[in-house]
Amino acid sequence: MDPFLVLVISTAVKIFIFTFVLILPIIAYSTYAERRVSSIIQDRVGPNRVGIPLTLFGFKKDIPLSGLLQPLADGLKNLLKEDLVPDHVRKFFFTIAPALTAVPAFLTLCVIPFGSQITVFGESIKLVIADIDAGPLFVFAIASLSVYGITFAGWASNNKYSFLGGVRSCAQMISYEIALGLSVIPVLMVFGQLNLSDIVQHQADNGWLLLPLWGEGLTTERILLLIPLFISFVVFTTSIFAETNRMPFDLPECETELVGGYHTEYSSMKFALFFLGEYAAMIVGSALIVTLFFGGWSVGFGLDAAISEMTFGGLIHLGAFLAKVIGFVIFFIWVRWTVPRFRYDQLMKLGWVVFFELALVNIFLTAGIMMLVN
Amino acid sequence: MATIKVTRPKLTLLEKIYLPAVIKGLCITFMHAIRSMLGKTPGANENFNSSGLGVTMQYPEQKWDDQLPDYYRGVPALVTDEEQRERCVSCQLCEFICPPKAIAIIPDEIESDDPWAKVEKRPKEFDIDMTRCIYCGMCEEVCPEQAIYLRKDYAMTGLSREDMVNDKKRLYEIGGVRTGLVNKWNEIK
Ligand code: SF4
Ligand code: SF4
Repeated sequence: MDPFLVLVISTAVKIFIFTFVLILPIIAYSTYAERRVSSIIQDRVGPNRVGIPLTLFGFKKDIPLSGLLQPLADGLKNLLKEDLVPDHVRKFFFTIAPALTAVPAFLTLCVIPFGSQITVFGESIKLVIADIDAGPLFVFAIASLSVYGITFAGWASNNKYSFLGGVRSCAQMISYEIALGLSVIPVLMVFGQLNLSDIVQHQADNGWLLLPLWGEGLTTERILLLIPLFISFVVFTTSIFAETNRMPFDLPECETELVGGYHTEYSSMKFALFFLGEYAAMIVGSALIVTLFFGGWSVGFGLDAAISEMTFGGLIHLGAFLAKVIGFVIFFIWVRWTVPRFRYDQLMKLGWVVFFELALVNIFLTAGIMMLVN
Repeated sequence: MATIKVTRPKLTLLEKIYLPAVIKGLCITFMHAIRSMLGKTPGANENFNSSGLGVTMQYPEQKWDDQLPDYYRGVPALVTDEEQRERCVSCQLCEFICPPKAIAIIPDEIESDDPWAKVEKRPKEFDIDMTRCIYCGMCEEVCPEQAIYLRKDYAMTGLSREDMVNDKKRLYEIGGVRTGLVNKWNEIK
């Protein structure tokens, strides 16, 4: 077949499958997971009712699924609700703001490698939508655009609480972007490249970044490098928390002070889009952490080469990747229901005084170790 | 008592780093989540009719009706006395005290050939609009005849506004009989 045609078709199929079949359900179910996990931690029950309401169609019994259809019901409710636009808002910006938060989060998905490769019709297809050589940079560039959505929402709502939420979010995201960017530099120094697929391949062959047990094994250099890489991991993960406005950094929407923050004035599907954007950002964040630090789709322990040989080995890798991402999403949720919210000045201090310096020093530390050992 | 001066605790380096504290917190919530799923958290026992997840009750299946105190303020209802006489004398005090104006009474005279003719008045219509009632209990307190009581029913539902208005018949059904409260009209005295 014409290679160009294959490229176009496979990309279209990949876009469809990755976004609509994989990520959207994960987003939907992470809202469900959030509610169930939080309720378990807090001695509550959580949504446990929604099943298939067969009695509505004249059957005798409903099928109870212990609430597993809750996300569907929520989506339906959000679509059917009245879309209220208050008179005092700036209509144009008010309308585009939700899209501006949701779109970047989804866009960044395209550089994340979901699996190794599968062979279809004799062509091997990489399970990544766009295999570009600037993966992390692309993610940072696009992900930081979502700050516009939040700022627009806060400003266009023409309401002091929303405005404060928007301003806070803007300041917070910009501050943590620096730490985020600086903290991956040691990682990229170790890999020596920016292509996420190759980074994962490298980890599959030589051991995950934070678990370098196979490949060359535990050489002195790798043991020493674990220290700066672990610092990188902590700074990166925390900055992702701040970037995605999750607890303990959810000051933009902190209910106790700001009602709902930047989405106070939003209702129905517009509100749901903010929600989607937040969870999508969380999932992309988890995917990035997994890709950079925990070997992406790699199953690990030296098994990857054999799995890649198989025709559909890529699917096993895909499963491994999704399992890791889901694990991290649950970690995000778990942290949310454990750590109390920071004060705003603490948040800024942590970003500028602690993380910025730490990430900067960390680069030199990594460089020093790499130089000394070689 | 002597004054105790409370000083700020000195934080150790580990506490200042904050990360160990976060991990400790994560461990605590994790252990609690496990105990919660096993139904071992405080409150997850029979004493509270709970569903096993903490003290949470799964409402329509699990109720606490047997634990409602006697002073529980549920749906207001009219009661009859031991001789099946309606206690209400239609004085309309409750109608006027009711803060949200939920009660509407149309008084009626008792004919002279009725055995209870000396009571003189009784309600012809007695409606309590449960969409308005705030369960304050004022009607019960003001009633000179102890004819209106807040019962333990609380699940008043209806599909229309009309459904939510309790008329005289319904009120007596909910209220039932109460004996030995005011005896000024009967022979017991
Ligand atoms: S309980 Fe209060 S609101 Fe309800 S009918 Fe009696 S007086 Fe009115
Ligand atoms: S219920 Fe009591 S207060 Fe109300 S009209 Fe009857 S006698 Fe009077």
